[in-house]
Amino acid sequence: MLSFIARRLLSGVITIWFIATATFFAMHAVPGDPLTQEKAMSPAVRAQLEARYGLDKPLFEQYRLFMSNMLHGDFGISFTQENRRVNDIISKHFPISATLGIAAVLIALVGGVAAGSVAAYCRNRWPDRLVMVAVIAAISVPGFVIAGLAQLVIVAMNNAAGKTLLPVAGWGSVSQIWVPALVLGLGTMAYLSRIMRASMLEVLSADYNIAAKAKGVHGWRLFWHHQLRNAVLPVVTELGPTIAAITTGGFVVELIFAIPGLGRYFVQAVQQLDYTVIMGTTVFYGAFLVLVVVLVDISYGLIDPRIRLHRGRA
Amino acid sequence: MAISVFRFAPKTWGAADDLEAVAPIPLPSMANPTVILSGLMVIFLLLFVTVGPSLWRQSPSQQWLSQISEGASRARSVRIVSDNGAWRPSKKADAPSGLKVHAANTEYVRLQWPKLAGIERYRVYRGDANKPGLGLAISETADSYYQDRLQLSSEVYRYTIADADTGLLLLSREVRPEAAMSVFEAQLQGLIPVTNNKTQWVEIPGHPLGTDALGRDILARLMAGGRTSLFVGVVAPLLFITFGCIFGAIAGLMGGWVDQLAMRFVDFVVALPFLLFMILFRVAFGIGPGENGIMPLIVAMLVLSWPGSARLIRGQVLALRSQPFVEASRIAGVSTSRIILRHMLPNVLPMILVAFSFAIPQAIFTEAFLSFIGMGVSPPTTSWGALCNEGIKTLLSHPRQLILPAIFISLSVLAFNILGDALRDATDRRSGVVRA
Repeated sequence: MLSFIARRLLSGVITIWFIATATFFAMHAVPGDPLTQEKAMSPAVRAQLEARYGLDKPLFEQYRLFMSNMLHGDFGISFTQENRRVNDIISKHFPISATLGIAAVLIALVGGVAAGSVAAYCRNRWPDRLVMVAVIAAISVPGFVIAGLAQLVIVAMNNAAGKTLLPVAGWGSVSQIWVPALVLGLGTMAYLSRIMRASMLEVLSADYNIAAKAKGVHGWRLFWHHQLRNAVLPVVTELGPTIAAITTGGFVVELIFAIPGLGRYFVQAVQQLDYTVIMGTTVFYGAFLVLVVVLVDISYGLIDPRIRLHRGRA
Repeated sequence: MAISVFRFAPKTWGAADDLEAVAPIPLPSMANPTVILSGLMVIFLLLFVTVGPSLWRQSPSQQWLSQISEGASRARSVRIVSDNGAWRPSKKADAPSGLKVHAANTEYVRLQWPKLAGIERYRVYRGDANKPGLGLAISETADSYYQDRLQLSSEVYRYTIADADTGLLLLSREVRPEAAMSVFEAQLQGLIPVTNNKTQWVEIPGHPLGTDALGRDILARLMAGGRTSLFVGVVAPLLFITFGCIFGAIAGLMGGWVDQLAMRFVDFVVALPFLLFMILFRVAFGIGPGENGIMPLIVAMLVLSWPGSARLIRGQVLALRSQPFVEASRIAGVSTSRIILRHMLPNVLPMILVAFSFAIPQAIFTEAFLSFIGMGVSPPTTSWGALCNEGIKTLLSHPRQLILPAIFISLSVLAFNILGDALRDATDRRSGVVRA
């Protein structure tokens, strides 16, 4: 177990190093630099700024500096946001994105498992049909459209009620989390319920399920101990990629619902070629995703005792 | 690999279901109503974007200034009015006894009312005649006349004049502006000659789906946008799956350290943050003035999306390589190229087709997503995603402008997904067990 985790973490570190290196050189290969703005700059000012940010050094020297700073946990100062430290940007705005993401994953997980189980239990009857139609709709409609429509519905609802039942956008109160989180989690929920349905169908026709029934296990105990625990595994397998999808999809939802999460700074930084912010957010997200995947791998062992983690390959 | 710790760890790394996939594949029985319907849908969408523009000849970039964000309209004739900017009633005209309408068309509504003693400033309200209430306070004036040029359309308005200081309502009247177009715009659109200002009426084309926030025909834009979306959606997967297959096949056939090296490389490409690198590549390849940004988009997708199919094909090739029939052919002296073409290709082709059909909706989604955040195609080229991007800005007042392109994205994604599902079911030997 420990050696498995150690190996996964090691490969994770190599992956992060690769992401950081690739991003660094791809970013510097893009024509222009963060000091290229609409306003023309006198050569003297430019030289001074370049010296301040270390852009006057050779590329490999910059790379070496960046790497050594990164190992010390320092991502430097933003180019475009007036002396703001990248670490501060991340520590201030990531918790917001994370809260939204966790809420979305929870909604997707609970909703997907519930809908998938119901569909499998009622195979080919109307609840199944209903779930499958909803799943197809949720998979086919892009997230930004769902976000827009959700706002439209909220506005119509508020107008009909004559007061603000739910805020349309913004961040800060609990009531402002649920709609964006639902929108963000909807596509994933649909995807998970599809997987859950297929795997639950498999479990329902499995010998051990029939044996458990024959033994007299019934009701919640049968569902909870014999069916759900077996059927939920493929869903857990998908959780890693799912969390990645939700963090990516989060950018648009944050944009539409005016949520001050990290995604906005990330997109903005790429557009303005803000080197330090790009590197900081990319490495941070990369590390986050690697960690999530490792955690998901470990969680298999907790759910399914048959899995021997040391057999897994890094 | 996350998959390899899963319950049924395959013997060969990455080569899932080796035996089953190699067995002869039954001919697809895809004739069920849903599949036929989605096939028809795909054909409709393709015709819509290819033949469509030659049937519906409006230009997707032509702006009708007089028809900003209008609803569906038919071809009709409109009056041409000369637009002189500021207006005041002529001195000779007597002060009207009530609220007098000098002119009412969609370019301007001109109102005049009697000067009332003791009132210094008037406030003009404009509201929808079918709804209660005064509507919008559109102006405050010390004069006893007003010209309304604030985005008028051919519906019934109620104008109300009130005392600005006390709020006392003075006069009210319902007005229905006549469809009109300014001389300037008619000349701009080439509907009337520049020198001839005598034309009174002019025929203008209708917009079956209305116009967008810049007065452009939505139907024509949907056709033009669909062209981009479907082009990217089909060409990008075609390229990256071809590349991925070649890469994976070489890795699988060579084996040994080449294979190991190739697969480590694949692992790293998979680890790259997709969105960031899409945007970086798109910026790096550069979009010069006058370019549409489609090529950078496709290249970026090619660079980032090929590993999936490379893994798939490598696994298949590895599994096939050790199959008795392949070994038998090799012993019989069949050339390597013939083994690949005659024995391996037919076995992996269905998988490639399935991967391709699932890659199409994903590529359409990716393009839509990037265009939506403004990192996709660049104007005047448009796509369904770019149309959604424009549409969401006017969401609350004109939801149609978002919903229409969204419907097209959803329909195409849905149709391709269903086709992919059917294709997978038809080629997947296990499908009899669980899949409903």
